[in-house]
Amino acid sequence: MNFLLVLSLVVPIAGALLAFGVGGRWVSRIALATMPLGLAIAVAIAAGLRPAGGSLVYLLGGWSPPLGVALRADWLSALMMVTTAVVISAIGLFARADFPAGMTETRRSFAFWILLLAVWGALNTVFLSGDLFTFYVSLELLVFVAVPLVALDGRAETLQAALRYLLFALLGSVLYLAGTGLLYGAYGTLDIGVLSGRIRGEPVTAVAVTLMTVGLMAKTALFPLYLWLPAAHAGAPAAASAVLSALVVKGSFFIIVRLWFFVMPGLAGVAAPQLLGALGAGAIVFGSLLALRQERLKLLVAYSTVAQLGYLFLAFPLALDAEAGRLIDGSALIAGLVQAASHATAKAAMFMAAGMIYVALGHDRIAALGGVVRTAPLAALVFLLAGVALIGPPTSGVYFAKTLFLRAADSTHQWWWSLVLDVGGVLTSAYLVMLVARALAPADQAAPSMAGIVSGQQPVAALALVLCSLLLGLLPWHAWLPLPLAVTTPDPLSLDALWSLVWPLLVGMALAALMGRRQNQRPLRMALWLEQADHALRQWPAAGFSLLGLTIMLGVALLLTP
Amino acid sequence: MSVIQALDISLAVLVLAVAIWTIVSRDAFAAVVGYVAYGLLVSLVWVRLFAVDVALTEAAIGSGVTGVLLISAAVRLRGTEAAVAAEWPGAGSRVLAAALCMVVTAALAAVVLTMPDPGATLAPEAARHLAETELGNPVTAVLMAFRALDTLLEKVVLFLAVIGVWSLAADGNWGGIAGPRRATNRQGALAFLAQLLPPVGIVVAIHIVWIGANEPGGAFQGGAILAAMWMIVIMARLAEAPAIGERRLRLALVAGPAVFLAVGLMGFAVANAFLAYPAGLAKPLIVFVEVFMTLSIAVSLPMLVLGPPDRPSS
Repeated sequence: MNFLLVLSLVVPIAGALLAFGVGGRWVSRIALATMPLGLAIAVAIAAGLRPAGGSLVYLLGGWSPPLGVALRADWLSALMMVTTAVVISAIGLFARADFPAGMTETRRSFAFWILLLAVWGALNTVFLSGDLFTFYVSLELLVFVAVPLVALDGRAETLQAALRYLLFALLGSVLYLAGTGLLYGAYGTLDIGVLSGRIRGEPVTAVAVTLMTVGLMAKTALFPLYLWLPAAHAGAPAAASAVLSALVVKGSFFIIVRLWFFVMPGLAGVAAPQLLGALGAGAIVFGSLLALRQERLKLLVAYSTVAQLGYLFLAFPLALDAEAGRLIDGSALIAGLVQAASHATAKAAMFMAAGMIYVALGHDRIAALGGVVRTAPLAALVFLLAGVALIGPPTSGVYFAKTLFLRAADSTHQWWWSLVLDVGGVLTSAYLVMLVARALAPADQAAPSMAGIVSGQQPVAALALVLCSLLLGLLPWHAWLPLPLAVTTPDPLSLDALWSLVWPLLVGMALAALMGRRQNQRPLRMALWLEQADHALRQWPAAGFSLLGLTIMLGVALLLTP
Repeated sequence: MSVIQALDISLAVLVLAVAIWTIVSRDAFAAVVGYVAYGLLVSLVWVRLFAVDVALTEAAIGSGVTGVLLISAAVRLRGTEAAVAAEWPGAGSRVLAAALCMVVTAALAAVVLTMPDPGATLAPEAARHLAETELGNPVTAVLMAFRALDTLLEKVVLFLAVIGVWSLAADGNWGGIAGPRRATNRQGALAFLAQLLPPVGIVVAIHIVWIGANEPGGAFQGGAILAAMWMIVIMARLAEAPAIGERRLRLALVAGPAVFLAVGLMGFAVANAFLAYPAGLAKPLIVFVEVFMTLSIAVSLPMLVLGPPDRPSS
């Protein structure tokens, strides 16, 4: 059973090496053949966890930590691995039409399929690693996969976006590595389990954890450190955007979770988790409002990712048990990770839909989306459903996560996070409502048609993913996760459930009318102010100051923790 | 103060001075030269800290290969220097940036200076288990046995870096000869060096890989020297760079990680675990893997330096 942990990293990596060695039209075939195998391994690990008492451990080379390196699977790893396997497989199906196996090898297909397998191996390494330095190696893998994916179209602006991403992500790597070095120097181990027994609340811990966390936040593009994300995620081909937005940014988030919940759960204090949550709240509000101000569909989806990443960081303040003074890996953390899985499936589908709409219309200008319902009905439907999944109807994973978050906010008396969750729902509704209004507008007859044809498989892959996200809340979570109370799905036809769905839509509509782009009308002063702030944050000076400022704030918060 | 101490202190001062010069230098080429000098000085620091393996790697990769990469980048970017200078931030931003950086640096320095001396370490633990790996060099034991997964994955990182560089090619040039076209000049000093150095370099590289099992050295350092020899021959135009579509090149690039992975998987059957070596065969297997890793490193690094093909395959 435990050998499956090894196979889950080895299978995609061996596939990538083999595809590279064989080349030609075999590259995509090898990649596609790997997918069912990888999916089966992930599901088998998830199914084997409970009989094994909730965790599986594999000692690599037979060496036990701290000298050796161990792979460990727990419910967090299993949840993220299955999500990754599902999303990668769907992206593989989707990408067959865009990256075909021709008779002669092409640059785009060759790079895409090998990178797709490599990102899978890298993410599984993140999810299974029990060692801080192995995390570092997996972060390097992720950077060297993600950057070429951003630049895959080879246009000047995508190269620029890729280079910006590379520089910022490498800065994050350096900060992470510096912190890891400090922890090793202070405690003589890199193993998470051994380290959690030795670590103490002293300055070296505070400084090390600060550097590592800030470096990882830069890679996750947590507000305000998102300078690289919009251009990088919006400029890549649809299948690559789906990988980047759904999965890659979750890798660095997962390492932050490992660091805070499993290395130093008792040393987080009160202020530092509140700071992480506040940044998350900032991301939700700022990212969603900016999504409303975008002119291009793919950029709107990218800003929606900036916003959605914020939800994940609400898990930190909400998981804090104030009496015990430690972070508990219970309901709030489950909520954070189910939110990550729901977002991964919905956002991958949304980028696929945006890509199909681009092909069908020949552009992705939001102002000219009218008539899309007739030109690309399936793509429009997938986009709508993915948006609905992000708002969170009662059967969805987002609803499940939100219920757990609200419950945690209630039991820990932190009402302000419930407010953030409600505001987030309204803001997500706002940009969806705006898009629906645009899509239902009559088509601009004068516009020249450059329409292409969407392949038949593509909508199926996207629809399958969006259904995953919409039905994620119905899985028997309490049988598999350490959940104290099951989340019951309310009767979807009851008045309460309907009202909880309708009121954010109504408020969202009003907001969309106020803040959205309209022709021939001056935007609100606040909207202009937001755009200026966004423009500044996407420049190097402001991004650099934010990085340094956050480092100092988080450092002070951790140093002052008794 | 002894002579050695005086030398150490002047080395430290020199490292800091060169580092500051690299940062404040506004000319990209000058900054690169400073960076290469910095790398060489840092490798001397590692020698003084008795970390000869790290010193060799720093000199070969940190200073050597990275230096060549940065110099060619700086030469290519000559034309954009004026535009970059125009974007120079104002005095207020620079002062604020310096102040914030100083706070972070001060915190880092305070923590490093108050750490226990000697720091916590796994070195005794590694030494205790060294005999089980049948190796004499504990660094190689860490890289190839205790933390073999990290080394394997680092080789995959290198492989992905090559794909990343290649993926920057224009679509029509896919499969073509790696790197830009070079003017032929077989008479210069470079051509002379390219004939003189490789025979010596290849012998030294093989020696470094071979002794790596018991003394400082190993696949990375040896591979980097081999890579340098190949690059100098290509740069002097004594040999043409390979086409990126060539099967032999592709196989050489994946040989290292692929053989490492295969030997690791063999551990399931003949030893007790993935990446475990059977007793009595550990050292031969490790040297076997290192030979292929050396090959892949020697081929990958020139691919990174040469860059994507810029002409179609014939």
